[in-house]
Amino acid sequence: MNKILVGLVFGLILGAVDGATAWFYPETRSLVGGIMVGSSIKGMVVGLISGWFARRVQSLKWGIVVGASFGLLFAFLVAVNDTMNGRHPYLEIMTPGFVVGAMIGFLTQRLGTPRRVQMGEK
Amino acid sequence: MEVSDSILDHLRHVASLPDLTGTRYELETEIGRGGMGVVYAARDCQLGRRVAIKIVDASLAGEARIIAQLEHPAIVPIYENGVLPDDRVFYAMKLVTGRRLDLYIAGSVSLAERLRILRRVGEAVAFAHTRGVIHRDLKPQNVMVGEFGEVYVMDWGVEAVAGTAGFRAPEPALDRRSDVYSLGALLQFLLPISAPPALRAIATKAMRTDPSARYPNVPALLRDTGRFEDGLAVEAWSEPWWHRLQRFGVRNAALLWLLAAYVGVKFLLFFLRNL
Repeated sequence: MNKILVGLVFGLILGAVDGATAWFYPETRSLVGGIMVGSSIKGMVVGLISGWFARRVQSLKWGIVVGASFGLLFAFLVAVNDTMNGRHPYLEIMTPGFVVGAMIGFLTQRLGTPRRVQMGEK
Repeated sequence: MEVSDSILDHLRHVASLPDLTGTRYELETEIGRGGMGVVYAARDCQLGRRVAIKIVDASLAGEARIIAQLEHPAIVPIYENGVLPDDRVFYAMKLVTGRRLDLYIAGSVSLAERLRILRRVGEAVAFAHTRGVIHRDLKPQNVMVGEFGEVYVMDWGVEAVAGTAGFRAPEPALDRRSDVYSLGALLQFLLPISAPPALRAIATKAMRTDPSARYPNVPALLRDTGRFEDGLAVEAWSEPWWHRLQRFGVRNAALLWLLAAYVGVKFLLFFLRNL
C-alpha cells in the first residue's frame, strides 16, 4: 500500500473516530453524523498531505510535525467557521485536531511503501 | 672468532627478511604473522605511498588471484603480485591502518556499532559468495576496523586454511553455509553479555551443527539482524507474547504517547466544560 493511500485510510478512520466523540456533548449529539463526515474529510486531506510528504521525506520526526501542523491548520479553519454557545470552539476542535494530525503523520511514515526513485532523478 | 648470541639473532632476523630487490618496494617493518605468511609494511618507491606486502609460500600463490577477483569496499584491494628471488610469492595491497576487531570491541562499543560491523563483514562475504569464493577462516582477528569506521575482511579463501576453533563450522568440507556458521560465531563474539535474546537466537541458528538448519545464505542472516534493528520479530526466535507486546511498545512509543495525549485532551476538555 502506498503512503498516500495509508494517509487517506487512517485519515478517514481517525477523523471519523474524532468526529464521533461529539456524541458525548449533548448540544452536538444530534449533529454527530455530519460532524463525523466533516471530520473524516478533514482527516483524509491531512492524510493526503502527510502521505505525499512521507513519500518524499523519510523522517518520523518531520512526518509528525507536518501531520500535526496541517491537522492544526484544518482544525482552525473548521473552528473559525463554527460557533458553540456563541463562541468559536478553538480549544475543543484544534487540540484534538493537532494530535490526530500528528498520529496520521506518524502512521504515514511508519506504514506503506515509499516512492521509488527513478534512474537519473535528482 | 666468537659471535655473540645477539649478533646471531640479528643475523637470523635479517636472513628471514624478504629480499625485495628488483621490486618497487622498500621494506619497513613486520606488522603481522600467521600460519599462511608474514605481512610487512613497505614503501612503494614509485608512487611514494605505504603499502602492505604479504609474503607467502609459492604453493599459496592462488590467494592473490582469489582476492584480486573481489573488488568490494570491505575487501582489501591487491595492487600487484610477484615472485621473490627465493621463490616465495609476494603481493602488495592497501595498507589498512586501524585495529583488529577483537581489539576494537574491547573498548566501549555500542550494540548498533557491533551490528554495523557484522553487516559490513556479511556484505563482503555475501559478495565473495557471488564470485564463487568462500572465506573459510572468518574470525575477529581477520577483520580490521579502520580509523574512520571502515571495515575490512582479510585472509580470504585459502584452501590450506583449516579454520579456527570456535569459528570453524564442524563439517569437514567447507562451503557457503560454513561461512554462515562463522558469521554466526562472529555475531556471538560481538554480542555483549546483556545482548537481547533475539540476537542470541540469530547466532545460535547460524551456528547449528546441521548446515541445512542454518540460514541458507549470508543475506538471509543479515535480513534477520536487519529485522532486529528495525524493531521487528526475527525469524530465528519465536518470542513470547509479552516480549512481542514490549517490542510493539518500543517501536511505536510515539504513537502510544499520541494516543494517550488524545485521550487525555478529550477527558480534560470534557471535564473542563462541566466545571
